[in-house]
Amino acid sequence: MELTINGSTHQIDVEPDTPLLWVLRDELGMTGTKYGCGVAQCGACTVLIDGQATRSCVTTVDSIVGMTVTTIEAIEQDSEGQKVVEAWVANQVPQCGYCQSGQVMAATALLKQTPQPTDEDIAAAMVNLCRCGTYNAISAAVRQAARA
Amino acid sequence: MNDMTPIRSGRPAQGEDGPLNVSRRGFLGGAAALVLSVTLPVGRARAQTAGAVTPGTRIDAFLEIRPDSTVLFRSAFMEGGQGVFTAMAQIVGEELDVDPANFVVESAPPGPDYLLLGGGRFTGGSMSVRSSYETMRRLGASARQMLLQAASEQLSAPAAELSTEPGRVTHAASGRHLAYGELAQAAAGLPVPENVTLRSNDTFRWIGKPVPRLDVRDKSTGRAQYAIDLRVDGMLHAAVQHSPRLGGEPEALANEAEVQAMPGVHSIHTLPGAVAVVADSWWRARRAVETLQVTWTDPAPDTPRAMPADFSSETRRETLKSTEGDGIAFEQEGDVAEAFAGAARVVEATYDAPYLVHGQLEPPSAIARWNDDGTLELWIPNQAPEMFQADAAKLAGIEPEKVIIHSPMLGGFFGRHFLYQTANPYPQAIQLSRAVGRPVKLIWSREEEFLRDAVRPLGVARLRAGLDAEGLPVALEAVAIGEGPSGRWFGRAADQADSSAVEGMAGKVYAIANRRVAQLPVDDPAIIGFWRSVGHSMNDFFYETFFDEVADAGQQDPYELRHRLLAESPRHRALLETVAELSGGWKRGPFTAGDGTTRARGVAMASPFGSEVATIAEVSLQDGEVAVHDVWVAIDPGSIVNPAVIEAQVNSAVALGLSSALLEEVVYVDGIPQARNFDGYPILRPDQMPRVHVRIVESGAPMGGIGEPGVPGVPPAVVNAASVLTGQRIRSLPLAKIELKGAEG
Ligand code: FES
Ligand code: FES
Repeated sequence: MELTINGSTHQIDVEPDTPLLWVLRDELGMTGTKYGCGVAQCGACTVLIDGQATRSCVTTVDSIVGMTVTTIEAIEQDSEGQKVVEAWVANQVPQCGYCQSGQVMAATALLKQTPQPTDEDIAAAMVNLCRCGTYNAISAAVRQAARA
Repeated sequence: MNDMTPIRSGRPAQGEDGPLNVSRRGFLGGAAALVLSVTLPVGRARAQTAGAVTPGTRIDAFLEIRPDSTVLFRSAFMEGGQGVFTAMAQIVGEELDVDPANFVVESAPPGPDYLLLGGGRFTGGSMSVRSSYETMRRLGASARQMLLQAASEQLSAPAAELSTEPGRVTHAASGRHLAYGELAQAAAGLPVPENVTLRSNDTFRWIGKPVPRLDVRDKSTGRAQYAIDLRVDGMLHAAVQHSPRLGGEPEALANEAEVQAMPGVHSIHTLPGAVAVVADSWWRARRAVETLQVTWTDPAPDTPRAMPADFSSETRRETLKSTEGDGIAFEQEGDVAEAFAGAARVVEATYDAPYLVHGQLEPPSAIARWNDDGTLELWIPNQAPEMFQADAAKLAGIEPEKVIIHSPMLGGFFGRHFLYQTANPYPQAIQLSRAVGRPVKLIWSREEEFLRDAVRPLGVARLRAGLDAEGLPVALEAVAIGEGPSGRWFGRAADQADSSAVEGMAGKVYAIANRRVAQLPVDDPAIIGFWRSVGHSMNDFFYETFFDEVADAGQQDPYELRHRLLAESPRHRALLETVAELSGGWKRGPFTAGDGTTRARGVAMASPFGSEVATIAEVSLQDGEVAVHDVWVAIDPGSIVNPAVIEAQVNSAVALGLSSALLEEVVYVDGIPQARNFDGYPILRPDQMPRVHVRIVESGAPMGGIGEPGVPGVPPAVVNAASVLTGQRIRSLPLAKIELKGAEG
C-alpha cells in the first residue's frame, strides 16, 4: 500500500484494516500523533486527511489510499499550522501536553476552513478532550491564531 | 505458549546489543549534541554510599554547566504538566544567575542525592517546590560562588570585585567577562562552600514571575516524548488481556494456534492474572491478544486482593452507609457530646462520592530491556523512581543497583503513577522481555487501563451539627466511613485514623467550638489509589455542602456564616472576601443573568496541602443538567514561584473537580468495573468548561502546594449553587446520575 504523509510517499506493508494511528507510530516512527482511547472519543490521534481533522485511531489505512495525510510532525511547514503553534506557545496552552498534538491539528483544520471563526465555530471544531483542562487556553489560542 | 516462571536471580536473558535510539542525554553519555565536556564539579567523590550523602547538596548530581553556558538540571521531581521543571529552573537559575530559558531539565535517575522528601522521593502531595525550595536555592547559590571563585583566580582579581550577570562573571573595574561555560571546569575542582548568602526576595528576576514554561513548544509540535513514544533497538511490542475480575488466572486458551498464526505474532504468554501476545507491532499484538479466547479461573482462596464475585459499587455504598459506629477520632475539640445535648437543633446528613479512575490521557506503558552486563533497564512512567527500582529488582531477582530506571515526561499525573500493585505494566514487561530474550514495549490499551487503574476510593460520610438558639453551629461531628489510600499503601495503626480518609473534613478552619472528626475504617475490596487532592477530593465536598445545609437550617446566608465563623482567622477571612470581590460581590441567587437564564452561586473553602482556597461557582440548570458558567478561585499558597503556572494549575484543577462533580463514576458490577473507555466514563468536555477567574494571594505564610489545592472547592461550590436552584440538597455525586428539577433556563 502506498500512503502520502507530509508530502512523502511511504510503502506500507500492513493489514489493510490497520488504523492509520498505528502505522504512523509503529511503522513510521512518527509518535507525535498520540493514542488516548482508540475509539474516537478523545481526539489525541487527530491528523489532517485532505485537510480535514480526522481521528486516525479509527481510520483504516485502506480507506485513505490516494489521500494526503498531514501530521503534527509537519505542522510548522504549514502556514496556518505555524500560526497555531505560535499562538499555543504565546498562550502557554499545554500542561501535560499529551492531548496537544491533536488539539493543534484540530485548530489548524479549523483555520484552514474558517479563517475567521466565531466562538461558535471554535466550540464546534475544538471538541477533543483534555484531561488537564486546558480548554480556556485552547480557545484563547485559537482566537489569537485567527487574528495572526 | 510459554508458561512464565517467576524471574529469579542469575543470568539475564540475552538482551539486544544495539545502541538505544532513545537518547541517553547528558550524564549517561551517548547522544553527541548534549554530551557535556565539563561537569561541575568533577572533583567530588561519586562513589559514596547512600548514608554518606546529604540529599540536595552534591552539585554535580543536579547541575551541569555546558560549554555554551546553558545548564542541564536533573530534577528530583517528575514533570506531568504541573510545571515543576520550569519551577526548578526558576529557583536554581535565580541563585545561580542563569536565565531559566537556558535550562534543560530532565528527571533525575534513582539515587541518594534526590531523596529530598524526608529521606524519600516522591512527586506528589503538591510537595515538590515547597519541600525543596530552600535546598535548591542553596544549590544554585553554591554553584555561583564556585564560579566566582574560579573567575577570581583566572582574572587575578579579588572575588569581592566580581559580580555575576546572567550566565557570566563580570569584573567591572577592568570591564572583563568570563562566561560560565568557560569557568565550569575550573569551578568543578573547588570545594562546595559551607555557607552561601541567598538573594533577597526583592531582587528576584524569575522567582515569582510568570516565566514561560520550558516544555511548551515541544508539547505544541509533537516533539515532546512520553514513555509510550519511546523505542529501543530490537524491541518487540506486547499487549495484554487481564482477567476481568482481579485475582482470576488464565486457565485455558481455546484458540491458541489460530492466534499464533495471526500476522506478526511472535509468541503468546500467560502472566499472573493476564495473557499477553508479543508481536512485531503493538496493533498486531493487541488484535491478537484480544482474539484469544481465555477461560479465567475464580481467584484461589488465598489470593491477596482478589475481587469478590458479588462486589458492586452499589453494595459497597450501602455497606458503608449502614456500618454503625463513631470510628477512630482524628481531630477533637471541646465537648461534642455535651454540645449536642444542649443544642437547640441538630442537623444530620449522610453523603457519598463514587470511585473514580485517573483518566490521564496517556495510557500506561513500560519498556524493559535486559542488558548483557546483567542490568535491567526500564522506561516507565512513575512518580517515585527509587520505589519502582526496588520493586522491579525484587521481581527480577537482582540488586536494585542493577535496575536502571528512566522516567519520561508524564502524559497526565493526577496520582496515577504511584507503585500500585496490579496497576502498573512494568512487572509484565520485565517478564515478557525475559521470556523472549529481547526488549519489550508493553502498552495497556485504554480498556485494560480502566480495568486495572487504582481507583479513588468510594467514600461515605456521616455528618451531624448542633445549632444554638440563634442558628449558629456549636457542635460538628464528621465520620468518614471507608478506607484511605495512605493507609492502604503505607499502613495504618489499628487504633489510628488514616489522614487521607479524613482530610478535608479534618483541618477545617471555622470557629465551631466542639468538633469531632473520625474515620470508621471499612476495608475497600477495590485497588484504591491517590487521586488528585486525595481525601480532599471528596471530603471537602461532604463538609462544605453540609455546611450550607447547616446554614440553611439556622437561616443564615452560607457566605455570611462562613465569614462570621472566620472572625478569628484573618488569613481565611481575607481570602473569602477576596473571592467574593473577585466575583463582583457575593450573591447567592437565584437571579436572572444577562442572557435571561436563572442562576445561582455557591461558595466553598478548603485548606489542602498547605494552601488556602476559596471558590465560588455560578450555575444554571439546562435540560435537567447543571451548567457551570463561571468559577472564581482565590488561592493563598503563602508565597509563590510562578503565577502563570499557578493560574494554569487552578484552571486544570477546576476542570478536574468539575468533571468529578458532574460526570465521573466507576460502577462495579459482579466485581468488574463496567466502563472500559471514555464512552462509558465521560470526562469534562470543552463545552462544559466554565470561565475560570483566579486571584493569587501571597499572605507570606509558609509555602503551600499548587498542583492539587484548586480541586476540592469546586464540587461543593457547584453543588451548593445547584441546590439553590433545585431547592433540594444533593448529597451524592456525580450530578449526572441525579435527575435535577428546579428553576430551569
Ligand atoms: S485515540 Fe483516537 S480519538 Fe482517542
Ligand atoms: S494537556 Fe494534558 S491532556 Fe491536555
